[in-house]
Amino acid sequence: MRPILMKGHERPLTFLKYNREGDLLFSCAKDHTPTVWFADDGQRLGTYRGHNGAVWCCDVSRDSTRLITGSADQTVKLWDVQTGTQLYSFNFNSPARSVDFSIGDKLVVITTDPFMGNPSTIQVKLIAPHPSDQTSDSVLTIKGPQGRINRAVWGPLNKTIVSAGEDSVIRIWDSETGELLKESDKESGHQKTISSLCMSADKSHFLTGSADKSAKLWDTRSLTLLKTYVMDRPVNACAISPLLDHVVIGGGQEAVNVTMTDRRAGKFEAKFYHKILQDEIGGVKGHFGPINALAFNPDGRSFSSGGEDGYVRLHHFDPEYFSIRM
Amino acid sequence: MAAIDSMRPQAAKLRWGELDEDDGGDLDFLLPPRVVEGPDENGIKKTIEYRFDDDGNKVKVTTTTRVRKLGKARVSKKARERRNWAKFGDALQEDLGSRLTMVSTEEILLERPRAPGTKEEPTISDGLGGVQPGAVLMVCRTCGKKGDHWTSKCPYKDLAQPTETFVDRPSTADGPSAAPSAGKSTSYVPPSLRGGAERTGTEMSRRRNDENSVRVTNLSEDTREPDLLELFRTFGPVSRVYVAIDQKTGMSRGFGFVNFVHREDAERAINKLNGYGYDNLILRVEWATPRPN
Repeated sequence: MRPILMKGHERPLTFLKYNREGDLLFSCAKDHTPTVWFADDGQRLGTYRGHNGAVWCCDVSRDSTRLITGSADQTVKLWDVQTGTQLYSFNFNSPARSVDFSIGDKLVVITTDPFMGNPSTIQVKLIAPHPSDQTSDSVLTIKGPQGRINRAVWGPLNKTIVSAGEDSVIRIWDSETGELLKESDKESGHQKTISSLCMSADKSHFLTGSADKSAKLWDTRSLTLLKTYVMDRPVNACAISPLLDHVVIGGGQEAVNVTMTDRRAGKFEAKFYHKILQDEIGGVKGHFGPINALAFNPDGRSFSSGGEDGYVRLHHFDPEYFSIRM
Repeated sequence: MAAIDSMRPQAAKLRWGELDEDDGGDLDFLLPPRVVEGPDENGIKKTIEYRFDDDGNKVKVTTTTRVRKLGKARVSKKARERRNWAKFGDALQEDLGSRLTMVSTEEILLERPRAPGTKEEPTISDGLGGVQPGAVLMVCRTCGKKGDHWTSKCPYKDLAQPTETFVDRPSTADGPSAAPSAGKSTSYVPPSLRGGAERTGTEMSRRRNDENSVRVTNLSEDTREPDLLELFRTFGPVSRVYVAIDQKTGMSRGFGFVNFVHREDAERAINKLNGYGYDNLILRVEWATPRPN
């Protein structure tokens, strides 16, 4: 396949998200400006100007009218997707790390980093149908988990919130009361910080990637460990294919090895694994730096990867991909 | 001053003395309109625009793009509407020349780890497992593996070994059977006449190798073969390294030779390392023989 290279960001990519129809791709990077691209040919549609810090995460509503972004400048901003105007800004005491719309787009779960004595928090805010009615009130605030929470997403039917972070424990919280329902097992779970989390299309299972060089597949309701995929490098990003039984994980580099690696062009790869058999299917090379973001198009026919090199690479699969036999 | 009346559609008779030189924007009507030659049968689309550059010269910009049909996509009505949205943010200033989105020039494949369907052969811990009793025990001097191949048939014969380097004395010509073997041949057969010996192949490859020889001068006095190997192996497989050493003092005489397997690697090494600072001296790297062609 011939990937489409999009160099819209000057700094490393942090997150990629497709809209529900799969025709728009939103990219977040450390350069303060989230960008939206057309997902078929990679043409840039526009950028959202307003943040003053690295943008860590974003989510788009189901009808592709609202975009929410979480940034290190201690704000979470709500944007109009089509025009790029900022509709609302939620302010916090610490950098916002992860944002996720609920099903129905009425609520959003936001995590903030531990900062200057404040512990990390998970907050749920109400999104008003009309931007002028928008308030900053939190419907729910959960404090307490140790360390940075790298990702928090809604569980099935918005009943639960799944969070994962630096303490390598996955927690499931009740979304109404804030009570901790389940924690992942310490022995079988990750041993180092969890960098990424991706829900399956129906939210019945999710994939977590960790710096302990593995990615693990979990059942959402019972939080049992289903599968483990082993890599030779710390995992920075992971994604589940909505079409086939594949997962893709992308990684970085141990800090120790940075000076010793030859930066030969395009050596960093996104590795595909069979979701059920756990075997490696193959790798797609091309990035000049560690891969920080991965996303599958909802139709499963293309995927994109964002790297430390500032490039977004959009890959449309060849017909042979769909007939891979293990 | 704008002496041009923009209301009149036909161009007024311009008096060039009245034209304001800085007023580049007003003169756009002087430029021919943009022409788009639609995709022809090869999918090539040419867009010809005219504009004024910074010196006021009229510039013709021809952009040739290849329009390729990627495939049919079923888009929803909303998605099709979104296609027609106006650009916003930083995308407003985009012009045709910006190379933000590019199709990769290389073909990238989903590389399978190994041939699908085959299982990895279990490696025999004892390397002699594959040898039948009674056969001559083959020992390769290059890779040290026993029972697999002779030195001349070594798959690693062109690559420099990690520890072994070219020494200035003739290597002891001992027979390849260093280890005792069960069934020894009764008469001595020189290696070049043995079954499967590659004669012309090695000579040719060695000659080709000498044409890939690179001379390195201005080496510091404690530079040795392993240092040169370390420095040059990043450009490709190296078959031989040699550093001239003064036998009396033991110091390097300041020059050495590196033989690459591939000429392109040697060429790249010359381009990259000539003038490179190495251990407080500037290296001089060039072809050993006057530019072999």
